[in-house]
Amino acid sequence: MQTHTSRSASVCRLAAAAAATLFSALPAQASALDETINAVFASTTGWFVNFIFAPLPGTSFPWIVLWLVVGAVVMTLYFGFIQFRVIRHSLQLVRGDFSDPKDAGEVSHFQALATALSGTVGLGNIAGVAVAVSIGGPGATFWMILAGLLGMASKFTECTLGVKYRNEYPDGTVSGGPMYYITKGFAERGIPGGKALAILFAIFCVLGSLGGGNMFQANQAHQQIAGVFGDFPGWITGIIFAVIVFAVIVGGLKSIARVTDKIVPFMGVLYCGTALVIVLMNYDKIGWAFGQIFAGAFTGLGVAGGMVGALIQGFKRAAFSNEAGVGSAAIAHSAVRTKEPITEGFVSLLEPFIDTVVICTMTALVIVITQQLMIDPATGLYIIQDGRIATVGGTSGVGLTSAAFGSAVSWFPYVLAVAVILFAFSTMISWSYYGLKAWTYLFGEGKGQELSFKLLFCLFVVIGAAANLGPVIDFSDAAIFAMAVVNIIGLYMLLPIVKRELESYLSRLRSGEIRKFR
Amino acid sequence: MSNTIIVAYDGSAAGRRAVDFAAALVQGAECSLVLLHVLEWSPYSFLTPDEVEERHARRKVELARAESAIVAPIKADLEAAGLKVNAQIRYGNVTDTICEVAQETGARQIVIGRTGQAGVMSRLFGSVAGALAQVAPVPCTIVP
Repeated sequence: MQTHTSRSASVCRLAAAAAATLFSALPAQASALDETINAVFASTTGWFVNFIFAPLPGTSFPWIVLWLVVGAVVMTLYFGFIQFRVIRHSLQLVRGDFSDPKDAGEVSHFQALATALSGTVGLGNIAGVAVAVSIGGPGATFWMILAGLLGMASKFTECTLGVKYRNEYPDGTVSGGPMYYITKGFAERGIPGGKALAILFAIFCVLGSLGGGNMFQANQAHQQIAGVFGDFPGWITGIIFAVIVFAVIVGGLKSIARVTDKIVPFMGVLYCGTALVIVLMNYDKIGWAFGQIFAGAFTGLGVAGGMVGALIQGFKRAAFSNEAGVGSAAIAHSAVRTKEPITEGFVSLLEPFIDTVVICTMTALVIVITQQLMIDPATGLYIIQDGRIATVGGTSGVGLTSAAFGSAVSWFPYVLAVAVILFAFSTMISWSYYGLKAWTYLFGEGKGQELSFKLLFCLFVVIGAAANLGPVIDFSDAAIFAMAVVNIIGLYMLLPIVKRELESYLSRLRSGEIRKFR
Repeated sequence: MSNTIIVAYDGSAAGRRAVDFAAALVQGAECSLVLLHVLEWSPYSFLTPDEVEERHARRKVELARAESAIVAPIKADLEAAGLKVNAQIRYGNVTDTICEVAQETGARQIVIGRTGQAGVMSRLFGSVAGALAQVAPVPCTIVP
């Protein structure tokens, strides 16, 4: 016993010494490696980013933002403000009021919602919002909330279609998502070009899963870890993350995913709870904060680009966070068994509400209310440095959120660090699934195809952690918005199908043919 | 009053004693026996995307396994002894489901073994038998 203890102690010392030498030798080489990865990455993806974010001719307004806004508005109007009409029924569905007890043991509406939420609630809510308010000012929050409310209609449409047109295989598994509803739905309506559009979507989905669903997450997780424990090369975090992701998606070590998926909801509640406490601690500034949000929404309060700048940032970050119109949620929801595809749509429209209207707003409020954004006392306008608002301590991204929480609750950055890592991880696992579904759509179902995608996914974890925030965030956005371009075209074409489903369901609900089980 | 007796069986030795006890009650009397096996399931647990996708297939496997390994052998034994058995497999919270079935069938009595899957968890959170003793809608016999 004695010798065993002393031996293990000496092994520990040896390992520590080895690690110390390794780390002391690394920095010079490591930062060079980080820079190389960064330069190569920025130069190879630049053209794609430029195309997606190209402004409308003669303005500084990116066409992609207009595309998303118009899409969400059209769907909101077409379905007669569906997001407000059915929300009570959505809650009843989630509570299980309409679930047939005979189907117990199948995935419930609550589980479908929770799984989809753990894929969307992530760094977009923590880091993305910080980016939005530091570039677009507090006013971006207003546009973010509006985008969240409108996005509920897009989410409703895509998730209904996802379930309706999924593929079911003899072994009971299913594959669904925009690539399937675009192909089958277009064929059903006799619209040409479905196959080509579906392939285009699948390509963008693979890029999106490697970008926003992977590199952005790894990058921000690294920033947060480095912020708490001191700076060290990003590729080290990348390799550690890649190994864990590898263990889960390739090694089938589901227990890790299961554990994080169980902790993530509690982290979400803890995050919102703490944010609420901080807001209440500053109750005297709540009125002022909302004043800043509303005033900023229409004037910009001196932010670069003014009102338009705030609007662009708000809509961009909201779309990136709740993924409404992007098509990813349609993949997640399509695996759920239900007799009525439309019920999945009703449930899914709660996601943008929880994700953006509740959680994102909390983050923004905490940043504004703790006065992280520096105001020039003379003019009352925000101080602009390098195109964004100067912050106390010069933080950005997840660092800004961390500083905002830390200024009120000193130990919270540690909790946030854990939350960020878990959120990042669960989002990566979800997106690895979305990417995989798109990949197998392109290359066919099979073990070999699956493995090749999973290995590629792990490689991008390392690249994402090592690259700088700028190029990574640009590429992540571009890839995710490219998915939205294709998906929303598909949604426009298939709107009448969803309308038919909706009217049929609502009339059966009114007539009592669809009834409560409890 | 109906003459149905429910016996909850989880495959354990105590469960088997409960079945035998219930069989003795039913034997010779004008009673029918419901043999109930509940698979613990909460619609509010959290699943990964993979688990969501596999759920339907896995449910089929779970039901088949419960049928072949747990319910069918006991049912065969009871039928061999000349009893009429209505076997049911359900998903849900074990205690709640037993109570639901008791109400649906208008059962006269519930019979259950005292120690199902005993262990630290049931010591901490209470056992099914303990919970049933408190909430059962009809008389409940707990077989040691």
